[in-house]
Formats: sequence, C-alpha cells, structure tokens
Amino acid sequence: MTTVTLSGALPPATRKAGIGGALRSEWTKIRSVRSTMWSLLAMAGISIGLMSLIAWATMHRWARFEPREQAALLKQPLEIILVRPVFVCQLVVAVLGVMVISSEYTTGMIRSTLQAQPRRLTVLAAKIAVFAVLMLVVGELLSFAAFGVGKQIIAGHIPVSLSDFGVTRSVIGAGLYLAVLGLFSLAFGAILRHTAGAITTVLGLILIVSNLTGLLPDSWGHHIHAWMPTNAGQLILQPHQLPDDLLSPWQGLGVFAGWTVLLLAVAAVLFKKRDA
Amino acid sequence: MIEAVGLTKRYGDRLAVDQLSFTVKPGQVTGFLGPNGAGKSTTMRMILGLDAPSGGTVTVNGKPFVELANPMREVGALLEAKAIHGGRSAYNHLLCLAQSNNLPRRRVDEVLELVGLTEVARKRAKGFSLGMGQRLGIATALLGDPKILIFDEPVNGLDPEGILWIRNFMKMLAAEGRTVFVSSHLMSEMENTADHLLVIGRGRMIADCTVQEFIDANSELVVRVRTPEPTRLAALVTGDGGKAVPDGEGTLLVTDLTMDRIGDLAFDNGVRLHELSPLQASLEQAFMELTRDSVEYHAAVPGVDEKGRA
Repeated sequence: MTTVTLSGALPPATRKAGIGGALRSEWTKIRSVRSTMWSLLAMAGISIGLMSLIAWATMHRWARFEPREQAALLKQPLEIILVRPVFVCQLVVAVLGVMVISSEYTTGMIRSTLQAQPRRLTVLAAKIAVFAVLMLVVGELLSFAAFGVGKQIIAGHIPVSLSDFGVTRSVIGAGLYLAVLGLFSLAFGAILRHTAGAITTVLGLILIVSNLTGLLPDSWGHHIHAWMPTNAGQLILQPHQLPDDLLSPWQGLGVFAGWTVLLLAVAAVLFKKRDA
Repeated sequence: MIEAVGLTKRYGDRLAVDQLSFTVKPGQVTGFLGPNGAGKSTTMRMILGLDAPSGGTVTVNGKPFVELANPMREVGALLEAKAIHGGRSAYNHLLCLAQSNNLPRRRVDEVLELVGLTEVARKRAKGFSLGMGQRLGIATALLGDPKILIFDEPVNGLDPEGILWIRNFMKMLAAEGRTVFVSSHLMSEMENTADHLLVIGRGRMIADCTVQEFIDANSELVVRVRTPEPTRLAALVTGDGGKAVPDGEGTLLVTDLTMDRIGDLAFDNGVRLHELSPLQASLEQAFMELTRDSVEYHAAVPGVDEKGRA
C-alpha cells in the first residue's frame, strides 16, 4: 500500500471551487443516504396508495352518507384526492427538509463540508437549490399522479376535471406548497442545527400553533390566523376562495413563501457567522 | 505554510487560545503538543475556517482559509471529532467532497486504494471500526493531493496496529516533502515523528523549537554512577560544582557535571567505577515538566512524584 505514490496524480485546477461543484456535491449527498429514498417512497405511498384506499372506501360508503356530507364533498372535490394526501405528506417533507442540514451537524459532516468549501453561502445556496428542485419535481409528480388516480376512483360520485375552475391551479399549487414547506423546514434545521428540536418546532407550528391561532378572538385574531405560514400556504389547495378567506390562493402562497425567505435569510446570516 | 499572528479564541470569559503566533514551515513535520484542553483543536479549527478567531489572524499559503480557490488542493485535514455521515458509503462520502472542489471521480478510487478501503468502499461508514474511520478521514484529507496536512490527535483510541499505520503514513507524507502539522497530548508520539515542536498550555505558547532544542532546554542530563566508594565520589563531585544524590546501594545520580568530567574526576583520584551511564530524560518527562503548571485539571497520578518522574 505504501508503494502507491501520492503526488502528481491530479491534473491542475482549472477553476475555483464554486456553486457548480457545490450543486453536484449536494445532489450526491441527498441521493446517497437511505432516508431520502425512504421518505420519497413514503410520500408516494401516502399520496397514491393511502389516498386510493380512502377514496375507494369513501365511494363504497357513499350511499350511507347524509346529504349534508355528500354536499360538502361535492363542494370540495379535491379534499380526498389532493388536500388530505398533502396534509400527511407535509410531515415527511418537513422531516426531510430539516434533516438536509441538521444531519450535517448531528453527524459532524458539516466539518468536512466546510473544509472542502469554506464559502458558506455557496454551500447553503447549493443545499437550498438542490432540495427545492427535488421537492418541486417530486411534489408536482405526486400531486398530478394523486389527482389522476384519485379522480378515476371518485368519478362515479364526485366528478372533477383539470378544466374545472381552479383545479389545475390547485394541483400545481400542491407541488409548490410542498416545495416551499421543504425550504421552510430546511431554514429551521439550519437555524436550530438539531434534528429533533427542529422537527418538533416545524411540526408544532404546522399542526398545533397554526390551528390554535384560529381560537384568537376578533378581527386581529382572524388576521393572525390567516397570515400564519402554513395556513396561508394551504389556500392554494382550494379551487375556490371561501367567503371569509382574507387572502387569495396565490396571495396565501406568497405569504408562505415570504415567511420562508425571511427564515432562510436568518439561517444564512447565522450559517455564515456561527462556528461550525 | 501556515502563519498565525496573535490568534485568540474566547468562549465567554474563558480564553481557549491566547495570542498564539507561530509559523508551520513547509516540508517538515511540526508537532503541536499540549495537554488535553490546551487549545490545540480550537487552533486547528481556526486555521480551517471552522471557528472564527476572537482576535488575530491565521493564513494558509498567505491567504485566509476561506479565500483559497480550491481548499482541498491546498490543505487536507483530519480532525479529532468525526466528520462523516454514517449513513453514507465511504465512496459517496469522498465523491461529494471531491465534486465540491471539481476533482475527478477517479481520484476517489485512488485515495480509497491508498488507505486500503477499496473493499469496503460501498459499505456505509456507520459500520466502520475506529481505525477504518481514521483511514477514511485520511483518504478525505488526501483527496485534493494537498501540500499541507493537518492531523488532530490522529492516533487517539487506535489499537497498536492502527497507531503504527498512521505513524508510518505520516512519515511517508513528510518524506514526500509535504507539510504535516500534527497535534498530540502525548510527547512520545512526537519523539519519533516531529522535526519541530509547538508546545502550548492553556492556550498560550510555551515552546517553539526543534525537538532536540526542546529536550536540551527542558531536561537536565542525569548521570548514573556505580562505585564501591560512593561517599568519596560524592564529595569529589560536590567539590567540583556538581550534585550527587544516592540512589540505592553504591549508586549515585549526578547532575550539573558532564559524564566525561565525572570519569576524569574518578580516574584522577583513583576511585573505581563500575558503571557510568547517561540517563537521558525522555521527551515525555520534559513535556510534563514544562506543562505541569498549565494542565487544566490535576489528578494525583500513582507512582509519579511531583516532578513528574515515574
């Protein structure tokens, strides 16, 4: 082994280590840990498998629903085939988003990463870009797949089509929502640098705090509730704006994206400043 | 070349590194020595841009680490704390780092071969032994074929075979003309490998010299003399400005006189000698002597007297 020569094995450098290398590096990182593949499989299982089962069971019991319940489902045709799968998938996306960066700290990998590329904003930008594209592609594929499969299952009682008002926007929006949520979670992972802490924070915000704000009284309570990140973001999943929604679907997604940009900016400042 | 000027790191009101100025010269092994908690790792982390100094500067080849065009081509480092995602295979770990510096993919296979991990390259690093983990760390450091290598306590916790492997590897790297900066809290580690020494205690520089200078400056030469007439010889030694301490039946430990002088004294006065031998204080003793006051937490060591001699 010691007979192998070390030197002169490399061609001279032609360019400075930059964003191109960082992007390739981050893509290798994310595809080479099993948790990514398991998470994506879980998302597919939820959005297509579990959704199909629930949709089929709902249709099976259709005749036993009260007219009021039937009317509600007809009014929200995407509830079963898009909204509920997104609600469950978002938990997986949140965990994955946090871990994209927190796992670097819990494993110590961050030290190798920053030795190879000490320009930290380059590293963070590459992480954000790679994860955003992955979530966007996976999110869009799964939301269109869920819609395509689900629509066939519920067609007998709840006819719905991409040409119906707001439906195409909702299906595209579901993928966008998941991508934004992924970055929202990544920001918390970068700020807190602790997997369990960041996951708890993100899920607490999505599942508990967002709902609790609905109990706040008066108009200001109503406004806070509407402007909570995921409450606003989820408006994109509804084909029709409801009468008491303060924001339109696109405004809602914009508010969610705004929160995310703000958190990513905080994460970037801390990532650059803190000792690794 | 690594240059630190007034390098300081403060954690709250504790100074981990206090005004360190030093140069790690190219083409030799520089040992970075100090008791645990002396600030060695912190200093190395500041060199690598992982921690920001509270004061002073440190540069690598004349530039702050963050400004190096392709850091892996200039500096390779193996830090004490592990820096590997256990869920990733050795191959992919090296690949993602190689990609960040635009290094060719075949280089990954080369360094795996070099450290003897080719067969387990596709296995997840989580299952690696400590020794294999260190080898992967060294493979990481060598990816960019850097001229400067930084190793933080590279043999800590390794079995004898692993220690020997790392030691030989460091010698080989130095023989190729690379700059090796290696830390240890064990002087014996440095005795065989280092050319130059930086000794720190409680974040402060205690010594910056060659290994031989370090020994000469920090250890007195003790000569062991065995004679049937210890009392007479002791008087002669004392009369000539030396010190003689009895060390068992018919044996004296003499200091402050050279061995030649003791032999001459005995010959001139007809004192029969049965033994005249130098007791070279080891580097370890010199080191313990030097850092005795700067060890963070003292504990009574059985069998070691207060001068640190076993």
